[in-house]
Amino acid sequence: MRRNPLWLWAAALAAYAFLYLPLLIVVLYSFNDSRLNAEWVGFTLHWYSELFNDANMLIAARNSLLIAATASLAATLLGTLAGLAIHRYKLRILPVLAITPVAMPEILLGVSLLLFFNLVFRPWLGLELGMWSVIVAHITFCIGFVTIVVRVSLLGMDESIFEAARDLGATPWQTFRLVTFPLILPAVMAGALMSFSLSLDDFVITFFTAGVGVSTLPLEIYSMIKIAVTPEVNAVSTLLMLLTLGMIVLASRIHGKAVRSIGV
Amino acid sequence: MALLELRKLTRRFGDFSAVDNVSLSIESGEFVTLLGPSGCGKTTILRMIAGFDLPDVGQILLDGSNIADIPPEKRPLHTVFQSYALFPHMTVADNVAFPLRMAHFDKAAIAAKVHEALESVYLSDRARAYPHELSGGRKQRVALARSLVNRPRLLLLDEPLAALDAKLREEMQHELIDLQREIGITFIFVTHAQDEALALSHRVAVMNRGRIEQYDEPSKIYGFPRNRFVADFIGNTNLLEVAVTEATPTHLRLAAAGLGDIVSPPREGTRAGQKGWFSVRPEQVRIGGHLDGELENHYSGKVRSFIYVGDVTTYTVELADGTAIEALLSNSAPGRARFFEVGDDVAVGWPHDAGVFLHD
Ligand SMILES: Nc1ncnc2c1ncn2[C@@H]1O[C@H](COP(=O)(O)OP(=O)(O)O)[C@@H](O)[C@H]1O
Ligand SMILES: [Mg+2]
Repeated sequence: MRRNPLWLWAAALAAYAFLYLPLLIVVLYSFNDSRLNAEWVGFTLHWYSELFNDANMLIAARNSLLIAATASLAATLLGTLAGLAIHRYKLRILPVLAITPVAMPEILLGVSLLLFFNLVFRPWLGLELGMWSVIVAHITFCIGFVTIVVRVSLLGMDESIFEAARDLGATPWQTFRLVTFPLILPAVMAGALMSFSLSLDDFVITFFTAGVGVSTLPLEIYSMIKIAVTPEVNAVSTLLMLLTLGMIVLASRIHGKAVRSIGV
Repeated sequence: MALLELRKLTRRFGDFSAVDNVSLSIESGEFVTLLGPSGCGKTTILRMIAGFDLPDVGQILLDGSNIADIPPEKRPLHTVFQSYALFPHMTVADNVAFPLRMAHFDKAAIAAKVHEALESVYLSDRARAYPHELSGGRKQRVALARSLVNRPRLLLLDEPLAALDAKLREEMQHELIDLQREIGITFIFVTHAQDEALALSHRVAVMNRGRIEQYDEPSKIYGFPRNRFVADFIGNTNLLEVAVTEATPTHLRLAAAGLGDIVSPPREGTRAGQKGWFSVRPEQVRIGGHLDGELENHYSGKVRSFIYVGDVTTYTVELADGTAIEALLSNSAPGRARFFEVGDDVAVGWPHDAGVFLHD
């Protein structure tokens, strides 16, 4: 059979429709000139301007961006080091340990982090839940992604390149700076972008670790839809979606193989 | 004093000795080859010399002093890796400049040296190319230029030609010989191809299972193999199991089962009654319809098969007792590619000064 059978095309189409139709509807209704998500009335950008005048929404957005930036930066640093160490010392168990938080149900991670913060940080350091605990929690689940991406990129490299650098007169630090780091940089960047978008989107873990008073975009959206799915929710969701999509596309442009290997 | 001396080097991986009590001395300006089957420990020796691995026992002396504590980057030697190991994110010129940058040469000096080095390997026009844009042979040349540009005392080459096709390999062999002669840097070359070892080297160390079986000039290795392994590994040879019946300062008399007597050159330390092997090269064996009495050793048999490869034909002759002897006949006379047919009655023989007796 040389030709792709028609039903295969149909199945693929259905699968993509299943994935993207709900998103498409959200985007569409964010431009609908009506309070109700019912019938199409007309095109408007009103809900977007509403959004930028909503003080709560702006605070949530600022928090989200701050958390994503800090968490992805820290996770990238730690995850890169972990990836390098795993590769260098050929540790069998570490890769599994790094993946576990990635694969674990989010709710489990959320609950255990909440417990951990309440049992350790609050009594010992006198810290209440807030921005810092959300950031720490986000670092926790982002590290694994960065570690895996960095490790996969190292696995594809010819080991003798690093020995050649030493052989030609580079100290271990120079070898890292001039050879290893430039070669893993695409993977590191991809890991950073992925961490950023994962952090930006996260609801479950944030919900458990934010305590009272700290709001992020996903939390804000959730509290809004408890009343009704308003067009503002559609608008903010659309923006969030756009940002995430951009990050993922950029990440896979920079380092497609590593990103695909972990199935994001 | 030798430039490099390996003293009783041993490297174990678990219970297995990858390198077993290896001693080797290399003079300045020499082209030395480590030759042996895959897995015999050649790479492990190079890695210890370069500083990527440490011997469990023994010493490595450079100019007479132990270099055990010197890290790879401080050793005045470079390696050409089997995979070339070019830096993929740097251009050809930046690859070649790397060792000079590490040695803190100034910009002008680096540019001049890089240019000169690329010229010497005919790659000046590819200075701005990236490694992935180059063919295997050219990557090889960049790797060579990169490791020679700051004139190391010693260059280690780990099967550098293994990945190239036959024609290119031969070309690179000539280039290597010329390059080494021109710049006078000591080369330690690793290969599992015996023809390459014989063609390139001043001296060859034949290795087997982590040990050096023989360390000698190519002609000695080929003409006077020390034991059966060397005789068999280097070129083609006829090996016959023999017992010594007479040992004098001028000759040996050997008894080969089923074949009869063989007269062979004397060998020190050989006594009557010893058992061993007799090795004679196919090109030393003459073949004819009937051989005159000048050859002390001659036997009659039938042609079993022959292989014609253009310049020479190798005949396999089966003797009365079933022993097969290979004889090589040059095809230099045009139109006379074949002298004998399968099944012809022929005689094979060799003079008393051909072949060697091997103890083991
Ligand atoms: N790091 C290592 N761990 C265990 N065994 C090794 C290691 N390096 C080499 N060996 C073994 O030592 C032997 C010699 O290897 P090597 O020096 O690479 O051989 P060659 O270069 O002659 O083919 C091989 O049997 C190889 O499997
Ligand atoms: Mg090897």
